Amino acid sequence: MTAIDVSNLSIDLGYGSAKKRILGDVCFSVEAGESFGLVGESGSGKSTILRCIARLLTLWEGDIELEGRSVKNMPFAEYCRMVQMVFQDPYGSLHPRQSIRTALQEPLRIHRMDRQMDRMERALVDVGLNPDFLSRYPHELSGGQRQRVAIARALILEPRILLLDEPTSALDVSVQAEVLNLLADLRARRNLTYLFVSHDLAVIDHMCERLAVMQHGRVVEVMGREVLATGRAKDPYARELIQASLEYDQAV
Amino acid sequence: MTVSFLSMQDVAMPNPRSHRNSAFHRLLAVIRELLGNPSSGFGFIVISILLLTALVAPLIAPYDPNVIDLGQTLQAPSAQHWFGTDELGRDILSRIIYGTRISLTIITIVSVIVGPVGLVVGTTAGYFGGWYDTIMMRITDIFLSFPSLILSLAFVAALGAGLENAIIAIGLTAWPPIARLARAETLTFRGADYISASRMQGASPLRIIVKSIMPMCLPSVLVRITLSMATVILTAAGLGFLGLGAQPPLPEWGAMIATGRRYMLDNWWLVAFPGGAILLVSLAFNLLGDGLRDALDPKQR
Repeated sequence: MTAIDVSNLSIDLGYGSAKKRILGDVCFSVEAGESFGLVGESGSGKSTILRCIARLLTLWEGDIELEGRSVKNMPFAEYCRMVQMVFQDPYGSLHPRQSIRTALQEPLRIHRMDRQMDRMERALVDVGLNPDFLSRYPHELSGGQRQRVAIARALILEPRILLLDEPTSALDVSVQAEVLNLLADLRARRNLTYLFVSHDLAVIDHMCERLAVMQHGRVVEVMGREVLATGRAKDPYARELIQASLEYDQAV
Repeated sequence: MTVSFLSMQDVAMPNPRSHRNSAFHRLLAVIRELLGNPSSGFGFIVISILLLTALVAPLIAPYDPNVIDLGQTLQAPSAQHWFGTDELGRDILSRIIYGTRISLTIITIVSVIVGPVGLVVGTTAGYFGGWYDTIMMRITDIFLSFPSLILSLAFVAALGAGLENAIIAIGLTAWPPIARLARAETLTFRGADYISASRMQGASPLRIIVKSIMPMCLPSVLVRITLSMATVILTAAGLGFLGLGAQPPLPEWGAMIATGRRYMLDNWWLVAFPGGAILLVSLAFNLLGDGLRDALDPKQR
């Protein structure tokens, strides 16, 4: 089954001669249970696509289907139970004046779910945190712990699709590895579908089976993970990007 | 292209601190910070004394504020009447002590009206944007473009003189700056990831505004209300002085100055003591507001 199907997604800003294309005819699809990467340089439109799917941006053209249904006319409550998102900046994605308990309980209250205490504790244990963390505030946690809480919050509604917007780029390298392993582990256990945005090809290589390379708001090539090792991409820009990444890794 | 694998076991540490009384401790910390600074400490102490005085006014006032004693008119300050007596022989100290109740009533009711109104108008305008924002902000602009005393005068003239109407009039003129402030704060938060996250979790706009945006605006709105208390006291005194606020038998400070005006040249104490009380309290509110801003504003840390 296709979990995410994006076809002809485009965004134009401005009017008349000042009209500027931000995203142009983006097409890709992600199978259920698959982890799909979006890579590209800064400003290539990776996060914008994610925000369109997340319904945080609404002024786009084209079609986005989740499990065969268009996001535009899906009931919002149902949509929330299907898709959740983990944001890039763990310092900005948790409300600074809400305890972890409030952050986790809000979605449960909104959707009137049962066994709230139980679910909250399990959500924290699932991301490798002690249930004692419920009474803490975000400023008392490290970056990695915050990102774990953000993942717990995203998963507490038991979504089938998780949108990940560079979830580890703001973290220290060792913490980055822990969070990536956690995400891989959660996907295996819960059979989640990931749409993973990153500019780090090493992270994508570790996390995803397939990926799309983006440049200037367009998908230039969709390829399998194995291409990253060989560097045999068809598109010249994708080849250049992979080559640069390989050389950088060797230099480091 | 390899990512090093590290164990993820050692991140789960037990919580060493308890947060049972965190709100109470926060309050204590704020008070300690206020007292640590001489100017905000002065403001805090004066406001505390004001509150205490209003509470126990009948116990500490040496005379009844409304009893007329025509044998004792216009007495200069002495051991018997510390602040002297007025043209009807009433003890000025007692009247000032009872006047704290009126001032506090005005302040309390005005902030109860102004805080929520300003907060609701500002946060909704900031969050929804678009034409709703435009309409709300033009309305606040109109209110802001009048001097507050003149606008209150107009309202009192329309509603009739009296303490209740003065309070309503002051409330109507004091909310626009707070709405502006709340809107500006909301604009800085509305794009934050935690707002996006709670929207993705299905929170309604009302829920987002009440649970996520208002707590973020509250500290600066509180500071702003404290600072505007000084203006509220001055406006109330001004309306009292003009005969449109509290009416004569009531020991309101502005009204006391208004009636004392006629005897001012020979009997300075009739206006000096109520005037001093107004000065002291509005100064104290200003200093307290400044101190609160330093203590509550997370951005200044």
